[in-house]
Amino acid sequence: MEQVAARRPRRFYILVFVLPAFILYSMFMAFPLLDSLRLSLYQEQAGGPDVFVGLANFERLFNDPVWSERFWNALRNNFVFFAVHMLVQNPIALLLAALLTTRGVRGVALFRTILFAPTTLSFVIIGFIWQLMLSPLWGILNNPAKTLGLPTPLLGQTQSALVTVSLVSVWQFVGLPMMLFSAALISISEELIDAARVDGATGWQTFWRVRFPLILPTVGIVGILTFVGNFNAFDLIYTMQGALAPPNFGTDILGTFFYRTTFGGGATQRPNPIMGTTIATIMFLIILTGVLIYLFGIQRRLVRAES
Amino acid sequence: MTATATARAQTSAPATSALRQRLGRAGTYVILIVYSLIAVFPVALILINSFKDKREVFSSPYSLPNPINMSGYETVFGRANVIRYFGNSLAVTLTTIILVLLFGAMAAYALSEYRFFGNRFLAIYFALGIMIPVRLGTVSLIRLMKTLNLHGTLGALILVYAAAGLPISIFILHSFMHDVPRELKDAARVDGASEYRILFQLVMPLVRPALATVAVFHMIPVWNDLWWPLVLASGESVRTITLGISWFVGQFKTDWSALLASLSLAMMPVLILYALFSRQLIRGLSEGAVKL
Repeated sequence: MEQVAARRPRRFYILVFVLPAFILYSMFMAFPLLDSLRLSLYQEQAGGPDVFVGLANFERLFNDPVWSERFWNALRNNFVFFAVHMLVQNPIALLLAALLTTRGVRGVALFRTILFAPTTLSFVIIGFIWQLMLSPLWGILNNPAKTLGLPTPLLGQTQSALVTVSLVSVWQFVGLPMMLFSAALISISEELIDAARVDGATGWQTFWRVRFPLILPTVGIVGILTFVGNFNAFDLIYTMQGALAPPNFGTDILGTFFYRTTFGGGATQRPNPIMGTTIATIMFLIILTGVLIYLFGIQRRLVRAES
Repeated sequence: MTATATARAQTSAPATSALRQRLGRAGTYVILIVYSLIAVFPVALILINSFKDKREVFSSPYSLPNPINMSGYETVFGRANVIRYFGNSLAVTLTTIILVLLFGAMAAYALSEYRFFGNRFLAIYFALGIMIPVRLGTVSLIRLMKTLNLHGTLGALILVYAAAGLPISIFILHSFMHDVPRELKDAARVDGASEYRILFQLVMPLVRPALATVAVFHMIPVWNDLWWPLVLASGESVRTITLGISWFVGQFKTDWSALLASLSLAMMPVLILYALFSRQLIRGLSEGAVKL
């Protein structure tokens, strides 16, 4: 940066334009992320500087039973959490978007406003609302669930708790992929759809053979956004279940595991920020892998298919 | 009717297709209405029950409040500093948005307007931040904020939100600024306008919709965030409304009227604003989304 200024003093304004964003971003985003990765290779020492220990923290996380049991459990749960979003949230979002962008449907603006509303509320509110809705005390959903023969209370049983919190998250976020799908579907030219109609295609065929292939890039974006969001999730489970992610860590995902490790949880676990950075590094690598697969695998293929 | 008659006169195929279309249309509305009810029901139930006393909440959760009972709200206002929490959230959200818009627009303009050494590198450097959540740097950020003596202040929140918000803002604004015709800027240069004036008085007003989109992108996540207030600024005086709610809901675990009232209080401003501006918000989000 300084080189630029020295070589071309007349273009000083470029520096003025770029510097504030560069400093802010470098200092409070890039640096903490990189420093966090670095810290995962160290160990805290009482009263002294951190000591470099190589990959020992990762070794502990993967193999030391004290850590590994929780870690693999959180990782597995996180994949279930992600799977529920991919299998429930995104198909529902696609269906709603397809219906909202069908020609001649009335009240689209109203439906869209209502369907998107939960997404604007905070996790805290959503979490508590659903905690109350699912509470056996109040019985709003607990009683119907009992009648249906589901394990109740839904948040308290190992078989149902994780899927239940995942579905609450789906309920909250379905509006976001719906908006992304709608925006893509609207931009498809009317003539294309008319042409398909004239050729005798039904609505169903038009959707799958004409509209859906054209919005594949958006399907990719929704996929990667879901992935990043899910492997970084924390708030909803923390508000609904608390840092201990009961029952018996059945709703523990990487985000809650990271929080509990870094800041301590319950009476038994003391804060361990360095192990926290180790978990954060794993989350970073998982998210990075997802993003790279998207950028080099999915997106490239989609762009090629489009041209 | 005539259509059906003619159809029957020819073949039966068009008749079934007309029927199918009508069924399809009805199905469309059924699905949209059912899903709308699913979206609204929990929120409405909480709001309605927040105006009842505890006994009524349990005995008849589905009826309208009769008479309207405000005891829950009185408890909340009496015990928690709701107004202050709102003020904190407002201050943090507004300052963040201003910083993100100002610095984001400046950087986006430089990147889209000038060719200079490191331009591409900078663009990639900023773009990397779009996908990587800043939350993963929490431990280092807390250490940093403690070193800077900012831990436990609203300033710490603002700096993190602004830093994390810059990548996507720069990305969106970059593509909008790219579309501003070169002739306009060159004409201003011929008239002797400085580069600063061109950005702030010519380009910024032209990309106002993009600025609105960026503002919309950050408003909701910043207002609703729990993580950073929880780990960076949890003191009573700097508590945001989102953290405040989570804290006093914990306090009122057994007082259901207060519980419902505090949740309703936290929802109402957001829902009212949303009802007023949903059109702009959704348009902004979709426009931003198209640029992704």
